[in-house]
Amino acid sequence: MEMKERIYMISAIVEHKPGVLYSVSNMFRRRGFNIESISVGESEQSDLARMTITIKGDEATVEQVVKQLKKLISVVKVSILDSENTVARELALIKVSTPDARVRSDVINYTEIFKGHIVDVAHESLIIEITGDTDKINAFIELMKPFGVREIARTGIAALQRGMRSVKME
Amino acid sequence: MSRMSGAKALIESLRKENVEFIFGIPGGAILPVYDVLYDSDIKHILMRHEQCAAHAADGYARASGKVGVCMSTSGPGATNLVTGIANAYMDSSPIVAITGQVPRPFIGKDAFQETDIVGITTPITKCNFQVRNAAEIPKIVKTAFYIASTGRPGPVLIDLPRDAQTEEDEMNFDEKIELRGYRPTYDPHPLQLEKAVQLLIQAERPIIIAGGGVKASNACSELAALAETLLAPVATTLMGKGAIPEDHPLSVGMLGMHGTVAANHLVQDADVLLAVGMRFSDRSTGNIKAFCPDGKIIHIDIDSSEIGKNIKPHVPIVADAKRALQSIHNRLIQKFNRKERSTWLNRMQTLKNIHEEIIKSAGDGIKPPALMVEIRKMLPNNAIITTEVGQNQMWAALYLKAYKPRTFISSGGLGTMGFGFPAALGAKVACPEVPVVDIAGDGSFLMTEQDLASSIAWKIPVIVVILNNSMLGMVAQWQRLFYNRRYSAVDLKRIPDFVKLAESYGAQGLRVQSIEEFREAFKEAINSDVTTVIDVPISPEENVLPMVPPGNTLKDLILS
Ligand SMILES: Cc1ncc(C[n+]2csc(CCOP(=O)(O)OP(=O)(O)O)c2C)c(N)n1
Ligand SMILES: [Mg+2]
Repeated sequence: MEMKERIYMISAIVEHKPGVLYSVSNMFRRRGFNIESISVGESEQSDLARMTITIKGDEATVEQVVKQLKKLISVVKVSILDSENTVARELALIKVSTPDARVRSDVINYTEIFKGHIVDVAHESLIIEITGDTDKINAFIELMKPFGVREIARTGIAALQRGMRSVKME
Repeated sequence: MSRMSGAKALIESLRKENVEFIFGIPGGAILPVYDVLYDSDIKHILMRHEQCAAHAADGYARASGKVGVCMSTSGPGATNLVTGIANAYMDSSPIVAITGQVPRPFIGKDAFQETDIVGITTPITKCNFQVRNAAEIPKIVKTAFYIASTGRPGPVLIDLPRDAQTEEDEMNFDEKIELRGYRPTYDPHPLQLEKAVQLLIQAERPIIIAGGGVKASNACSELAALAETLLAPVATTLMGKGAIPEDHPLSVGMLGMHGTVAANHLVQDADVLLAVGMRFSDRSTGNIKAFCPDGKIIHIDIDSSEIGKNIKPHVPIVADAKRALQSIHNRLIQKFNRKERSTWLNRMQTLKNIHEEIIKSAGDGIKPPALMVEIRKMLPNNAIITTEVGQNQMWAALYLKAYKPRTFISSGGLGTMGFGFPAALGAKVACPEVPVVDIAGDGSFLMTEQDLASSIAWKIPVIVVILNNSMLGMVAQWQRLFYNRRYSAVDLKRIPDFVKLAESYGAQGLRVQSIEEFREAFKEAINSDVTTVIDVPISPEENVLPMVPPGNTLKDLILS
């Protein structure tokens, strides 16, 4: 029985303490799960952190990922997010070369169209901050490439379910 | 609340967990704890290698059902524990390992004997802790014991920096533990139970496979009751051996690569398979794609990640084995009243007879299957058998029947040569009244024989029966069968004289040449108050049979 691979988003509430990210990422490595991105930060409760994990795999693999995550003592709650009802965003910082005024104004124009912000201005480069779903950020980076992208830093996806549904500690 | 050092708090906490024994070896980074131990009523058993300390704690845990404790210094002491911890993890054995660590200000500086034992053991412990402040110690110890012994049991490690051992603080031993991320599911889901019962009622050819989880949850009588009501044969995994008395009419022995003909055939032919407290390891299933091809599978396990990992069951039940078996049985007896199942059970009997024929197969010299039968005859039912790894282990699993849970102790998941002897010491410490016998291979015994010294020093008399083929026999068997007899690096030339070796430690050494001599020697060993090593020469050409070659289905086995 072959199953189709796709991208899944998983939201995990974990203890906010040293070693937790290690045990999670080590588990992924050891079991050969293919992680696309992982983002971590404090959650609505200061002693808990929220991890958003995106992973490529078939249904059985993702079910195993969830179960193996739940098995870790420091992981408190895990859910697969359904993409229809989830807001998923990523932030990217992109440093673009702007050798002359014409390039500079082109870059600024595109940034405005994509609702990004210029967060640093130097003589020969700009840093743009842009948020959105992964497709939007990929599209923007493609647009910038001809100008000369010097550096990119991306946060990985953070995601929450819409409305009153939630993945949290009761 | 009372004020004391971290070391004192540790020992106090261990006493509160009713720890009677610690297996360990001291060193610089754990000195303050050993200083407190000096005045404590907890018995510390000084081993001769930390690996043995961990295996002894593991053997103690498996024999007693209690948590075993081992202890070492930092660095090399801690890394020597690693094999033992990995072994306990694979076989779900509850142990707590305590390691010394360099003082906090030195952590991360590559200080003398610093090693990242928390990092190293993360994938082979249920969880681990590094103490940051002495005041955390009581709560960490309580949590460690709770986690090790509940749910699916397993090892937990506590890393204790030396300066936290000497630090004084107010200690609270009554603090409640809270584990938001750890809530084992004990009660089975009623809907799944009902589905299981429906399948079992309709089954024409039912079989049960019992794993180590049945023993861990003390569900052996529930297992037998269900099997008897259902009229279903019971196969076990290596870890499950002893979950049903192997002289029970429905017991068909172990399944898998070295499974019995009956277990392997019946599992493949079953129309409903109830698997409980087992994990469908590759050693149990043979070619997994062709495992139990026409059967509907019900899988009970307390670890939800085991369900669907190797085999997708028709009915998944996440629960404690005892409660699940009990609930299934209760529901079943209301609706099910079958008095016979003759075709299926006659088939079982025919297949079981093949096994008896193999044992009888005569030949020159001492035949291992017959030797196993002989050992069984001479031991009381509650005697504990441990094994090393290799042919010796599989002969014991196949031909030395276990009648009670916790009397057959073997390294299943990790297959650790050298496990059996220190595990026997741990088991003997737990059950001093019963004979404990390590069925050993010469190669395996050489990996941990130095602990003959601790067995003598601490008066822990066990019996080691060495099936001496001067070979890494199991590896040689594979080379004989699958590598055209190219015996690469398996001949243990110049093995020591095991009789003299034993004697040099102050143990008793005996050598036998026939079954008759063995009987005499074994009788002497059972009555001896020192550890006895019996050297039993066997032919290096023996194969453990039956065997399912890797990649084959369970029925595709070599019989001769
Ligand atoms: C620590 C360790 N090293 C290597 C192996 C691989 N191995 C499996 S069985 C075996 C041979 C065991 O020899 P012996 O103890 O003499 O047992 P026999 O098979 O001869 O009964 C070896 C080397 C292992 N299981 N464990
Ligand atoms: Mg050998």
